Amino acid sequence: MDILTHINYWAAIALAAIGLYAVVARHNLIKKLIGLSLFQTAVFLLFITVGKVTGGTAPILDAAYELYSNPLPHVLILTAIVVSVSTLAVGLALAISIKRKYGTVEEDEINAADNSLEPDTEPNIGSGEA
Amino acid sequence: MSASHLPVLQVALPLIAAPICVLLRHPTLSWAFATLVSWALFTISILLLIRVMSEGVISYHLGGWAPPFGIEYRLDAVNSFVLLVITGIAAVVTPYARQSVAKEIAAPRHNLFYALYLLALTGLLGITATGDAFNIYVFMEISSLASYVLIALGPSRRAQAAAFQYLIMGTIGATFLLIGIGLLYMMTGTLNLADLSVRIAEAPDMRPIYAAFAFVTIGVLIKLALFPLHIWLPNAYTYAPTAVSAFLAASATKVGAYVLLRFVFTLFGQEFSFERMPLMEILMPLSLVAILVGSGIAIFQNNLKRLFAYSSIGQIGYLALGISFASTSGLTGAIVHIFNHAMMKGGIFLALGCIMFRSGSMEISALNGMGRRMPFTMAAIAIGGLGLVGVPATSGFVSKWYLIQAALEADLWPLALLVLLGSLLALVYVGRVIEAAYFRSPAPDAPAGCEAPWQMLLPTWVLIAASIYFGLHTEITVGVAERAAQTLLGIAP
Amino acid sequence: MSDGALILLALALPIAGALLLSAIGRHRLLREATSLLTSTALFATVAVLMPSVMAGARPAISLFEFAPGLAFAFEVEPLGMLFALLASFLWVVTTIYTIGYLRANDGPQQTRFHVCFSLALACAIGIAFAGNMLTLFFFYEALTLCTYPLVTHSGTEDARRGGRRYLAILLSTSIMLLLLAISWTWVETGTLDFRPGGILMGTVSEPVMALLLVLYVFGIGKAALMPFHSWLPAAMVAPAPVSALLHAVAVVKAGVFTIMKVVLYIFGLDAVRDFASGDWLLYVAGATILIASLIALRQDNLKRRLAYSTVSQLSYVVLGAALANAHAFMGGAMHIAMHGFAKITLFFCAGAIFTAARKTEISQLNGIGRQMPLTMGAFAIGALALIGLPPFAGAWSKYYLVLGTLDEGSHALLAVLLASSLLNALYFLPIVVRAFFPTGGDAAPVAGGISEAPPLLLIAISITALGSIVLFAYPQFLFNLLRPLVEW
Repeated sequence: MDILTHINYWAAIALAAIGLYAVVARHNLIKKLIGLSLFQTAVFLLFITVGKVTGGTAPILDAAYELYSNPLPHVLILTAIVVSVSTLAVGLALAISIKRKYGTVEEDEINAADNSLEPDTEPNIGSGEA
Repeated sequence: MSASHLPVLQVALPLIAAPICVLLRHPTLSWAFATLVSWALFTISILLLIRVMSEGVISYHLGGWAPPFGIEYRLDAVNSFVLLVITGIAAVVTPYARQSVAKEIAAPRHNLFYALYLLALTGLLGITATGDAFNIYVFMEISSLASYVLIALGPSRRAQAAAFQYLIMGTIGATFLLIGIGLLYMMTGTLNLADLSVRIAEAPDMRPIYAAFAFVTIGVLIKLALFPLHIWLPNAYTYAPTAVSAFLAASATKVGAYVLLRFVFTLFGQEFSFERMPLMEILMPLSLVAILVGSGIAIFQNNLKRLFAYSSIGQIGYLALGISFASTSGLTGAIVHIFNHAMMKGGIFLALGCIMFRSGSMEISALNGMGRRMPFTMAAIAIGGLGLVGVPATSGFVSKWYLIQAALEADLWPLALLVLLGSLLALVYVGRVIEAAYFRSPAPDAPAGCEAPWQMLLPTWVLIAASIYFGLHTEITVGVAERAAQTLLGIAP
Repeated sequence: MSDGALILLALALPIAGALLLSAIGRHRLLREATSLLTSTALFATVAVLMPSVMAGARPAISLFEFAPGLAFAFEVEPLGMLFALLASFLWVVTTIYTIGYLRANDGPQQTRFHVCFSLALACAIGIAFAGNMLTLFFFYEALTLCTYPLVTHSGTEDARRGGRRYLAILLSTSIMLLLLAISWTWVETGTLDFRPGGILMGTVSEPVMALLLVLYVFGIGKAALMPFHSWLPAAMVAPAPVSALLHAVAVVKAGVFTIMKVVLYIFGLDAVRDFASGDWLLYVAGATILIASLIALRQDNLKRRLAYSTVSQLSYVVLGAALANAHAFMGGAMHIAMHGFAKITLFFCAGAIFTAARKTEISQLNGIGRQMPLTMGAFAIGALALIGLPPFAGAWSKYYLVLGTLDEGSHALLAVLLASSLLNALYFLPIVVRAFFPTGGDAAPVAGGISEAPPLLLIAISITALGSIVLFAYPQFLFNLLRPLVEW
């Protein structure tokens, strides 16, 4: 239970918890996306910090050094960051489109609007405006 | 082009074809190109399956780098069968899509639609073909992102809300999967699935492995849409364009099932998953609830797509139930149900698309009198529905047969009764649909419809006819499924 | 042509007929001719198979495999031969009747009617010739589905409701109970073939056998054992030809036939006779016989009374199977044929009365015998046959069943049989008597101006009524056909 030696894990957990809380508890779509981003960032932190080898240097081959940090997690997380950014982009685009069509980005107002209409009416067949 | 590169071609072909579709501005041209690509993929998957069944496991090293340092595409009976299912569905849905998409999406965006469609296909095929854990995550996100946008292209504004909801849930699921993979990497130092399965046993501390198991399972179950993590599915299927609903209904959750099988049996191993971790105790009750609740809620739905979406949730319960038995007949039943359900549900959603095309409405009341106006379409829905019930001579019966066998072999005959009860519930909602179509007269202001165009009917009937054919001649499907089950259980290579 | 090919031909003929009918269905004469040709050809094919079966051969053919060890297979043995002969012969007669009936009561969707009829007969032949339980189950389910459009033919709300109940009860029992029993049998014994002496003896324990018997018997909902009988009266919304063939011959006979086959070839007569946990079946069958007859007494609608009478008579066959000694089994099997001819006569008469006089309730039938003597005469013959009086068909089967109860030493069951004969008389004879001799105090006699039924209907009625008499006079044929089954 030494907190300091495992501080990277604690930080990741804290960040992930905050992020997940934001996703679940907040009704605003943008805040949900921010929470999602926080959650994913927490996971990146987890991966990257694990790559650091105590006493290891940057992973560039050099005759003077013997111990290197692990570069693989960095590579994996670079990919994951790209995925996360794409997700954020799609999410924000959807939020903008929802704002245009519903006039709000609050989830409860969106649900109210959906439930007040006759179930499953399709107001914009064929328009495809997004 | 050497045949030995087929495994990577299976994934690379749609990946390269997607941006080409963006460049091909003309809607019909992009559609034709996408169709050709999907047929080529189907051919490749047939060739791969034949090779796997005759020669055994195919191992393809990307870039020539040997595993476990390089990424490996590893094809055995399980994933080559799933590849066949996905490419088969794509090969049928893509020709169908032209008219359906033309009706539901604005013309300038058609090439973008096909590009996204091919990207989603890439993702699904990549998940299935790869033998590297992180690769699974990447392809899963590729397919999910493409799916979110595909769903958002639906005609109603609720499509965007549904897509957003799916995005949030799907990303959380994928991130859970990533956490699990990360924990596994931390303890073993490798990402290759086969290598992981060996190194897990030698890990210095088992606690992160347990945590990894939990994260991976939850993440995959969100993608599989097993109760209670199914909430994204009804809205996504209902509001997406019909071709997308058909494609996703027949492939996305199947790939989720495949990933579950891969992680539970190949990576963690049956002994770890079922004896040290309480997977059976969790999966079995959840799948039973899914079967009963999914089919039960479907009975009360008035929107046809939502009705069959809930039906899918029930059918996913069958998949999970077969997996939870962890016996040869259970896994055979689950894997053959992947194939059978894809045929039936794909066919039903394609037929629903025909109805949407002609009548513009998906309410069950719009079906009144359809039996006379669109006889072939309704016949397809009727036969597909009977398959969902599990009437003999349909492929649904084959899956039920093996699931019941598995239940009886495990001395759990109440489970067999519950499986059959699910069939009865399916009978109720299928009966509602059939009664509306054949025994009610249409509303006076209903549009005088005629039969759907043959370009839409033919793919529908290909799938429905396949569901009957493979309900009688089961050697191929059950043969491959059984071999796949034995591979997973370690009985055969 | 080899026997195996003949079996396939027998299956293919009605299917081909159905396909042909759906193509040319618009022309009435072509439609009627096709139906007649198909039914006659089917009967000829089945009849050709008969000599080899009588001689002791068991023609068989196996098609593709459904699962390893489970093939789609056919095998003709005496019981199946009986059912196939009965169904195909009565199909010819019913086709004649149907032509006359539909001409007189012109209705919609006649093509669908004929097509589903053909398909239903194909399923009946499939059930009759099935070589293992799985093949039988396939055709059993298909029969339910093919007859559903026939039951709901008139399209009214009543018809829909009746059809819903029909489908619900039959499919629920077959999916929840019968399929479970079949899977269980497969898992326990590794085979589903029909073998003399059964496949369960020695491989499963007694409690399991008892449970399996429950599942099988109640799972075969078409046998209308209480409490799963209510689909039969509900299905009376169907037009008379449908009620006649399907519910007096094909569907219900498929049910009791399946029970007999299960008892004979899956359990084995010895198993059913000897172990005590099968006794409950005797009580259920006996109760059904009595209760259904009592309910029949209270029905005013003619077809409903006939329906409950069928429920009761079917349990005769089940009783014969449950007693499982030589006499009882023989009696039950013979009753399949005897009841078939008698009941179909009665239903034909009901349809004829409806066609000629538009009457459906028994209270409306006073004095109708004066105007429709041939119809009511045939009705009388059918009724007497069911009561079990010589010189009419039911006498032999009842005789053997009585012998069977005596062999068993069960006086209770003997009393049930005799009481049921009495009840049959009580609910059939008044109809006949009042038709010919209307009493003044009853409802006013039927108005004049009713003519006899149309000629085609009369032809069909006469054939089946004659059959009821012929079966009494020449029972050896049935006897010789069925004897190998009960003598080991």
